[in-house]
Amino acid sequence: MLEFDLQENGLRKLNSALHDQKENSNQTVWKITNPKGSHAIAVGIDAPIEVNIEGSTGYYCGGMNKQANINVKGSVGPGVAENMMSGKVVIDGDASQYAGATGHGGLLVIKGNASSRCGISMKGINIVVHGNIGHMSAFMAQSGNLVVCGDAGDALGDSLYEAKLFVRGKVKSLGADCEKKEMRPEHLELLEQLLSEAECDAKPEEFTRYGSARRLYNFDIDNSDAY
Amino acid sequence: MNKIGKTKIPHTTPRYSATFSNDINSDIRRAAATGIYDIRGGGAKRKLPNFDDLLFLGASISRYPLEGYREKCETSVTIGTRYAKNPIELDIPITIAGMSFGALSGPAKEALGRGASAAGTSTTTGDGGMTPEERGHSSKLVYQYLPSRYGMNPDDLRKADAIEIVVGQGAKPGGGGMLLGQKISDRVAEMRNLPTGIDQRSACRHPDWTGPDDLEIKILELREITGWKVPIYVKVAGARPYYDTTLAIKAGADAIVLDGMQGGTAATQDVFIEHVGQPTLAIVRPAVQALQDLGMHREVQLILSGGIRNGADVAKALALGADAVAIGSAALIALGDNDPIYEEEYNKLGTTAGAYDDWHEGMDPAGITTQDPELMKRFDPIEGGRRLRNYLKVMTLEAQTIARACGKNHLHNLEPEDLVALTIEAAAMAQVPLAGTDWYPGKPGTSY
Repeated sequence: MLEFDLQENGLRKLNSALHDQKENSNQTVWKITNPKGSHAIAVGIDAPIEVNIEGSTGYYCGGMNKQANINVKGSVGPGVAENMMSGKVVIDGDASQYAGATGHGGLLVIKGNASSRCGISMKGINIVVHGNIGHMSAFMAQSGNLVVCGDAGDALGDSLYEAKLFVRGKVKSLGADCEKKEMRPEHLELLEQLLSEAECDAKPEEFTRYGSARRLYNFDIDNSDAY
Repeated sequence: MNKIGKTKIPHTTPRYSATFSNDINSDIRRAAATGIYDIRGGGAKRKLPNFDDLLFLGASISRYPLEGYREKCETSVTIGTRYAKNPIELDIPITIAGMSFGALSGPAKEALGRGASAAGTSTTTGDGGMTPEERGHSSKLVYQYLPSRYGMNPDDLRKADAIEIVVGQGAKPGGGGMLLGQKISDRVAEMRNLPTGIDQRSACRHPDWTGPDDLEIKILELREITGWKVPIYVKVAGARPYYDTTLAIKAGADAIVLDGMQGGTAATQDVFIEHVGQPTLAIVRPAVQALQDLGMHREVQLILSGGIRNGADVAKALALGADAVAIGSAALIALGDNDPIYEEEYNKLGTTAGAYDDWHEGMDPAGITTQDPELMKRFDPIEGGRRLRNYLKVMTLEAQTIARACGKNHLHNLEPEDLVALTIEAAAMAQVPLAGTDWYPGKPGTSY
């Protein structure tokens, strides 16, 4: 295992070293100490390595990640795993706004709560939140799955496209064009798999599925109140 | 007694209202019939104060000119000298503005790359991601980082020669993009991760940052991902140019792209295009002032866009302090957009060459702003690239002609003192004297 003290060595050296890791790297496990809320930690990695961050981080931790498994032993600031392509990012604590924003792939697990706009504009990423999520989550979410084991705030799934939303608890309100959907066997199967990967013991049957009513897909003046 | 008074009471000639003009009345009838606001492409069509309202003084006894065909007048510009390891070196200070694959056909994007590369300048992606055609044919490609993040990925980000964070667009400051279902072909849909045929609504704000403090962190993240190699531009609409330029510099931008309201869009509401934003002429001086106040003029480069048409516009933009310009609509016209050779077909669409702006409908007779395979076949990207290169060369020669006449051996040596204004409005906006006077409104030390 390689240990990297962020305060001592600085962000540029860290990301540069992580970017140097390739497919066949034998430096597969990294431990980052003293993150102290720094921004842009472990962004743009493209290698099957494991990065363990020993503390809380600032903005955009794990941004645009490909392949790597990133574990944060603390909480994260805004935009964790933004635009992630693949790999897995696991947060032990809470996440601030825009967790998993625009993510194209991979799995983001938040073991605490996530703030507003979780999964905004998501494009294929899977997000599992063990706790609650804030308002305007999954706004304009295009594809992928958002699983919430707790409650969801106001305007869930506003202007949603084809992403699937699963909430176990209460939803304060649904956003424009988001509606409750039938839970079919394939959805239960999908949930089973995602919950297992996210080490969450909730049961798929306890969730309700939400998705797009597809009424805003092509402009119609009769729907103008929704805009 | 004459015959007046014995004839019928004369009618006055029919008189149209200046308030309810034919144009306005047709807008009202269209709105009443459809219930939908008018969407169109392009930039502001209304008459605005513009660079035609400025003149160069040329040489005189106190200024001597350079010999047209003997003495050099340099045109190169380097963008991204503040932080980037690899700044962009351009042969000419005219770049191609961001236009999306989706709004434009693949061959049209290829032609932009071919023409720009042949002229020694850069082209820019748009909302919709980077296509192989465009990357392959563009020697210098600027990759736009937009609120929608369609097609955004770290691999393409690292293939870019520069990154342009788009905050605003001159045609619609504060507005997002809109690509209607007619143009969402299978390929466009796949690149944007959306179902085929639905309206694509690009967000007006970035999903993961708001405000200048966040922008600074976003720039840091992009620099870390790309190893601090490429310049990061920030594009803003000409809304509050002094403050936006100041904040973009503070956030760490290498270059500012400033887009006036004549700048085009693929599609947005006509009311937005015509009534929000400021003319290009009005925004350049406040932006330059912001750069100068922070000691960053020429350190952070300013790229001005919005209705740039010819070498005179280029020279005037540079004289007012810009480092380069960007063209969009003009480049499309060079490729063949709105060409009278398609007049019959424009007529069939209820319009005429020169006025066609329903780019969002995807029925462009010139095969440029469309995803229709049959229409696209009409457009030859090699010929289009050649035409664009010619046009860029002509613009450059024109700007050099003016600069030499003003005694300048580099286009960047043009200065506001080389200019006068034809109208009081232009004098106020450009802060150069009204022709025949030494005065402009707001001139320090004057009471007006």
